[in-house]
Amino acid sequence: MIELKDDRFLNYFRLDERFPHILCPGCGIGTTMATMVRAFLELGIKQDELCVVSGIGCSSRVPGYLDCDTFHTLHGRALPAATGVKLAKPELKVVVIGGDGDIMAIGGNHFIHAARRNLDLTVIVVNNFTYAMTGGQYSPTTPTHERAATAPFGNVERSFDVCFLARAAGAMFVARSTTFHVAHLKKMLELALKKKGFSVVEVISQCPTFYGRYQGIGDAVQMLEWLRARSIDVSKVSDPWHQKDKFVIGVLHDQQEIEPYTQLYEEVRERSRGK
Amino acid sequence: MKQLLSGNEACAIGAIRAGVRFFAGYPITPSTEIAEYLARELPRVGGTFIQMEDEIGSICCMNGATAAGVKAMTATSGPGFSLMQEGIGYSIMAELPCIIVNVMRGGPATGTPTRTSQADVMQARYGTHGDHPIVALCPWSVRECFDLTVAAVNISERLRIPVIVLMDEIVGHMREVVELPTEVEIWRPAQPKPAPEDYYHYDDRNNYDAAIASFGEGYRVHLTGLTHRKDGFPTDDPEIIKWNLDRLRNKIEQNRSWLWDIYYEDIGSETVIVCYGSAARAGMEAKRQFELKTGQRVGIVRLRMVWPFPNERLIALLRSARRVIVPEMNQGQLYREIERTVSLHVPVVSVQRYDGEMLTPEEIISHL
Repeated sequence: MIELKDDRFLNYFRLDERFPHILCPGCGIGTTMATMVRAFLELGIKQDELCVVSGIGCSSRVPGYLDCDTFHTLHGRALPAATGVKLAKPELKVVVIGGDGDIMAIGGNHFIHAARRNLDLTVIVVNNFTYAMTGGQYSPTTPTHERAATAPFGNVERSFDVCFLARAAGAMFVARSTTFHVAHLKKMLELALKKKGFSVVEVISQCPTFYGRYQGIGDAVQMLEWLRARSIDVSKVSDPWHQKDKFVIGVLHDQQEIEPYTQLYEEVRERSRGK
Repeated sequence: MKQLLSGNEACAIGAIRAGVRFFAGYPITPSTEIAEYLARELPRVGGTFIQMEDEIGSICCMNGATAAGVKAMTATSGPGFSLMQEGIGYSIMAELPCIIVNVMRGGPATGTPTRTSQADVMQARYGTHGDHPIVALCPWSVRECFDLTVAAVNISERLRIPVIVLMDEIVGHMREVVELPTEVEIWRPAQPKPAPEDYYHYDDRNNYDAAIASFGEGYRVHLTGLTHRKDGFPTDDPEIIKWNLDRLRNKIEQNRSWLWDIYYEDIGSETVIVCYGSAARAGMEAKRQFELKTGQRVGIVRLRMVWPFPNERLIALLRSARRVIVPEMNQGQLYREIERTVSLHVPVVSVQRYDGEMLTPEEIISHL
């Protein structure tokens, strides 16, 4: 029998009763969750100093498996909820995890304003190009012409570039990786978690159950192959924002830190007392 | 110290005195003075004010602050209150105490932003989906805006439930000279939290008298809007779903005796006016003028708490009445609740005004 107490990694999960998890076989969210925990351990983020916040959807169920303060909020509302937690307890490390539907569609307005406000939060957007928990409907990141449960004749909408939007809205740090590039993903997450201010990591993830099936890409292994074949490192392209049919992975935006919201508000408190 | 204050300002002052240290909101007439006052005063007492991108963000941000252990509130009006409904449901389900002030305007939709109404009484009760209890308080004066906000904070902390302060535009914008207490009574849990290994976030044993753990205290709390077990983790076990919803209902049902807040005078009279909020000002004046003119006594019952609805108390109070008059600035929202409660014993008449103007004493007198 494994002695869990000695295993820092396993000790991070509520293994005693929350497992087995509800995710489909071959899903990329487990990879993302495990890599995120390894990044926490690497950076020495203690379980009692961390709050993981999510909205609704497959990837938003991740906090329920973690042994730390966890906050499973309403659909799309992880960012305002995380804003409240961070403002109330600035000393807590606050990490938001959610999917493309949750953060970019219903939560789109909160996403751009959270980036603009620049609280010291890290947002992990697990992008599988579909609404998976509700059965494979098209999302704001589903490419045009692709099929989905609600786009049986092809999606007519154009899709968001999560990273481009994050940069435009004012994020301090923006990176992209995939569930195939696990070591790379861990590096990106570590850099984002270390960055003071609003940081975003887009994780391109496979959803063989819905996205892979609708697009005819195939099972989890074939989808991982697809992720590998489609990804290109940011160092190998001249313009990371305009690469057709490629996932440009790496650090896409990393600007000099400015004072985060909580620090600026502390100055407001001081000014208010002077008057 | 006597001062000239509006109801909105008195509400904001009450919140600070009762320990509120966080406000997240979005500007909307006629509630903005609350946000403006708190933007200025909260940082002075070490608190936080944030203007969010919309009302949905506001209530979720407030829930986040509460989950991290700070007393929080928001203020809004009709359309914003509609946007907040799902978040109010989350506060109910996750049992996050918080204060939502709704300075009522007319509706539906954008309605009458600068006019008055009492038309959100049913939205306060049934706005969010699912079976749930709610507490809503209705001040009628500037002083009561202060007192009932303090009461709202205490009830909310004690029962871990969102409490709605239902003001109407008249009460929010009205100015009166008041003297406010500098110290108010603040509810505090009788027992400390159990150690993390014995701690259940939704524990029936402690009957709400033990302190609650928040994020960052080492309790590794899990909060969710899903139906959950006593440790906070989701389940769809039918027995636990029922336990969860019963728990929510019972915390109001079992505390009705001290929750009810009713002011009354001359209830032995033939005619009794049952009213709340600014309509009660017209009701009180109608009573005074009618008594002066005719020499007959008129009873008055003023509901300072409209939800939970005080059915048993109303039946007892109105037992000897021959007629009940319910003046309201809507199309009879609370009238229907009162009618179904007491109409077996006594006929109930609805006096409605919903043109954005204040109800006048004359309109009530014409029904006496």
